[in-house]
Amino acid sequence: MTTPLLHIQDLHVRYGGIAALRGLDLTLHAGETVMVTGPNGAGKSTLMKAIAGLVKPRQGRIVFDGQLTTGRAPETVAASGFSLVPEGRQVFGSMTVLENLRIGTGLRRNALAVAADLEYLLDVFPLLRERAHGQAGLLSGGQQQMLVIARALMAAPRLLAIDEPSLGLAPRVTDQVYEALLRLRAERDLTLLIVEQSASRALVTGGRMVMLREGGIVLEGDPRQITAQQMQQAYFGYDAAPAAMHA
Amino acid sequence: MTAALQYLFDALSLGSLYALGALGIALIFGVMRLVNFAHGDVMTFAIFVLIAPTTEAVAPLWVGAWATPLIVLTVLGVGAALAVLAELAVFRHLRHATPAATMMAAFALGFVIQNVLLALHSSRAKAVNLWPQLNLPVDLWGARVPALQMLMIGITMALLLGLAWMLRHTRAGLEMRAAAEDFDMARMLGVKANRVILVAFGMSGALAALIGLFMVNQTGLVDIRMGAPMMLVAFVSTVIGGLGSLMGAVLGGFLIGFVSTALQAWLPLDARAFRDAFVYLGVIALLLWRPNGLFTTGATRQRV
Repeated sequence: MTTPLLHIQDLHVRYGGIAALRGLDLTLHAGETVMVTGPNGAGKSTLMKAIAGLVKPRQGRIVFDGQLTTGRAPETVAASGFSLVPEGRQVFGSMTVLENLRIGTGLRRNALAVAADLEYLLDVFPLLRERAHGQAGLLSGGQQQMLVIARALMAAPRLLAIDEPSLGLAPRVTDQVYEALLRLRAERDLTLLIVEQSASRALVTGGRMVMLREGGIVLEGDPRQITAQQMQQAYFGYDAAPAAMHA
Repeated sequence: MTAALQYLFDALSLGSLYALGALGIALIFGVMRLVNFAHGDVMTFAIFVLIAPTTEAVAPLWVGAWATPLIVLTVLGVGAALAVLAELAVFRHLRHATPAATMMAAFALGFVIQNVLLALHSSRAKAVNLWPQLNLPVDLWGARVPALQMLMIGITMALLLGLAWMLRHTRAGLEMRAAAEDFDMARMLGVKANRVILVAFGMSGALAALIGLFMVNQTGLVDIRMGAPMMLVAFVSTVIGGLGSLMGAVLGGFLIGFVSTALQAWLPLDARAFRDAFVYLGVIALLLWRPNGLFTTGATRQRV
């Protein structure tokens, strides 16, 4: 196979005395969709922050697009083509929707491509066009989620990572977010790295599922070929009752 | 009527000083969550380039003897350069230090600057007569307003409008606002953190120097301790405006300017000496009512 877009080896992150990631390895190729799932405290968000350069790993290597990015500043990682939509969305609430969308374009030189991308994204998210000059902080949770996905895409990333896009959203709204994501993936050849607590979304997005628990990968594969029992065992670390599956 | 107009100009010009000072502090607080306690000393340092270093009571002019545009540019440039230098030499190395450590560093830096000035110029206040014509009064609807006051108000308004325009319509302004609201998120979108912080320091230092120029024209004196009282009022202005809000800082500055002038005008003669005590009593009452200041933003929360 070709050189991977993202190659993580033996990644260790500690917060004080607590190990959040213990020797994680992960490889991702351009064009892939990888769903990272796992229970609370498994290290999913830490993994995202480590790739983005927000937390410094204790040990290990992160190679993105052929460049060693371990320990680089977030803006440097962003410039090399990694865009993270963090947990909790983080819109710039006092700024307008359009201003939010423009922040990530500072890295780009081609103004025509930027304008074309803006038009395209406002077509995909018509609500954002409607509210273009409105304050971003006044949008609903679902609209904010769409805004931050569009904002990340305005930076024209090689890899788009989204940490828990369903967090705090009604299931119907989450469906809309995923529909938009799948459309974007189809039309823009996106490479996606998505974090969700529940494994059920992995069945919708397809691609590869990676399950984390206690800072390491406990299960990896095609979500459609993993049995419910394997999934429970990996998620809880023991055979739980089938009813707990979608907890 | 004319007396009221006179007081209005007093309040506006005093408020301008405070607003510019508060703005300088808020600019840096916005992007770094740092209250730069050396801000007042940056002002003092910049203004002391006007005179030649000497321990005599009357110092010969140095930069102050140059042509007016050159004086302004040099003083503002020195203020900006010193603030940028402070960031490069001190604050940049304390990015991940605790807020208390960074604050102590700012205090220490202020003392270093003051002591450098002490060594060069001695602790005497020095007379500097820069542009005496600015103190001539101008007739304005019956009120006699010093030209300097009108100049101060005009320049401040122009600067505030310019800054508001810059924040709203330029790339640097957009990035600065984004960084002030959510620093990490801005960086993840490619905003170069160190560059934004340097710009904020440069602007803050130039603003400090401008206040120095205003003050030296008003009082005709420079003193190595002149930064501290200015810094105090500016800091209080940002707090009552709501730390993190540029607009709040500016309005806080004007509010203190207006209240001080009003007290000066209306307090009984015997009580006027205690004017500042009344001002700060008002500040305490205001903070009891609104502990986060008048204009709170999401940016007031602690950055991790």
